[in-house]
Amino acid sequence: MKKLLSAFIGILILCLLLAGGDYALNRHNNGSSRKTVTIYNWGDYIDPALITKFEHQTGYHVDYETFDSNESMLTKIRQGGTNYDLVIPSEYTVQRMRREHLIAPLDHRKLPNMRYLDKQFLNRSFDPGNHYSVPYFWGTLGIIYNDQKIKGADVQHWRQLWNPRLKNNLMLIDSARDVFAIALITQGKSVNTTNYGQLKSAQGKLKQLTPNVKAIIADEMKMYMERGEAAVGVTYSGDAREMMSVNHHLHYVVPSEGSNIWFDNMVIPKSARNKAAAYKFINFMLEPKNAAQNARYVGYATPNWKAKQLLPKKVTSNRAFYPPKQTMKHLQTYRDLPLHVLGEYNDLFLEFKMFAK
Amino acid sequence: MRQKAFFAVPYALWIILFVVAPLVLIFYQSFFNIDGQFTLGNYANYLTSSVYLKMTVDSVWYAFLITLVTLVISYPTAYVLNRLPNKQFWLLLVILPTWINLLLKTYAFIGLFSQAGTINQFLRFVGLGSHQLLFTDASFMFVAAYIEIPFMVLPIFNSLAEINPSLINASKDLGANDWQTFTKVIWPLSLPGVKAGIQAVFIPSLSLFMITRLIGGNRVITLGTAIEEHFLTTQNWGMGSTIGVILILAMFIVMAVTGDRRKKKGGVRR
Repeated sequence: MKKLLSAFIGILILCLLLAGGDYALNRHNNGSSRKTVTIYNWGDYIDPALITKFEHQTGYHVDYETFDSNESMLTKIRQGGTNYDLVIPSEYTVQRMRREHLIAPLDHRKLPNMRYLDKQFLNRSFDPGNHYSVPYFWGTLGIIYNDQKIKGADVQHWRQLWNPRLKNNLMLIDSARDVFAIALITQGKSVNTTNYGQLKSAQGKLKQLTPNVKAIIADEMKMYMERGEAAVGVTYSGDAREMMSVNHHLHYVVPSEGSNIWFDNMVIPKSARNKAAAYKFINFMLEPKNAAQNARYVGYATPNWKAKQLLPKKVTSNRAFYPPKQTMKHLQTYRDLPLHVLGEYNDLFLEFKMFAK
Repeated sequence: MRQKAFFAVPYALWIILFVVAPLVLIFYQSFFNIDGQFTLGNYANYLTSSVYLKMTVDSVWYAFLITLVTLVISYPTAYVLNRLPNKQFWLLLVILPTWINLLLKTYAFIGLFSQAGTINQFLRFVGLGSHQLLFTDASFMFVAAYIEIPFMVLPIFNSLAEINPSLINASKDLGANDWQTFTKVIWPLSLPGVKAGIQAVFIPSLSLFMITRLIGGNRVITLGTAIEEHFLTTQNWGMGSTIGVILILAMFIVMAVTGDRRKKKGGVRR
């Protein structure tokens, strides 16, 4: 009993010491809250060197937190009690946050570096006039293939994914809208359709794809494609870029008949505590030199024309990541659909997944 | 008496805050549609949708298979462990993997099973060629069983350890052979452990979802997948909660089935 008691007390003392140490460290780090800016971004989506640079330049301390899906981020902000100064959601989430009055309008006078942004990425339907958001990166949905397993000419278009030669050799991203986009585009429909008949017919088309589908997965696809587990995958351009840097037999194609184009955007939530710092940070990230450095680190396409000029020719002439005008014309953004329609997409997708066996 | 009540406060608080309240919330939530209106539609939707019903049947089937595989492996393991010298040490080795994060273990299996993985390298080395191991039912079952085994071994081990050795000696003295001793004495006495193990394995197996995606490549869909989707993607918390309620019901059914039989048997014996 005595032994037990002394062990107990020992653990208690240890816990207290740790808590004290934690408190001391935090106090040391945080300084006063006025000098802190809290950024909420996707994981591994910024060059950490830029954060350090910003801290040195402005004297602010950056608190950097990450999320892994728009929806989980949204839930957290909606619930309140958060004080993120800057968040980076995708375009359809910007639309939803705007509708729910979660984000503050931007004062463009405080963002002089917006002049470096390419006009074609501004004034998009999810945020006309960019009153609430500034594009951070953009990218596409496309096909990645392994040239050791299949010829490039065989996977230039979505319809070629149905080729029986790809039997059990195709990986899809686990996202209802992206997978439906493949079928909808192949059938010449809008990726934002709310017509149940069209969705049902798209699902029928997808069911014909099942013999080719090896797996429907998320981030793990990177690892699988790098290891040559499948010949072809449907994924986002940024992920593709990452895979290609590991395995040089991988190539990425944006089908010319159309695909999804997405944007991740910087927004300031209404609950932000340090808006001045958030503006400074946005402006800092729009600085061409910084934007270029970030694009080189993250590997996604930058909407900053001046930064694009600073990038190596090899990167910007790559039609997979900066598609030609002809393809760009056919790219569609996702609109934020009513929840019951989203429900339909996902129920049909779930059914497709069950059928995929 | 008053002192007893005082000591029960932490437990009561814990149960109310972390068990009862969440259950009530899930139940409550399941009666609302996406627009926040009260409805029974979620249940109607569940009961009329062939997708959800098939998914439920699939989930139960997979959970059953996983439990069966786990039991078949765990019982002999627990039995043998009990007879070894230093049995606590060997038991520790069985339990050790549960200290490692689930996701980490799953990723390790990806490394083993993939085309370029260790097992395929070995198969190619001995001239058997590469095989598709990942994204199959077999690999899914294997990984799920691997993860659940400690939870089955532990209760069985404990109930076997509790058996009074003089009972076994008595059985042998009275002329029973090894097989009879096992079926008439050891097995019935270890049954509570087996039941506890089944409860500990079957219920979590019903809603596995990380492994279904990572190892099963979403070719195995369980109710967990649907719940995840409703909470994270479609934001239809009502439907997600409804499926949650179904899982809770399934849990009660399993508890009732594994709990009742014991009482009945006791009754017969009397």
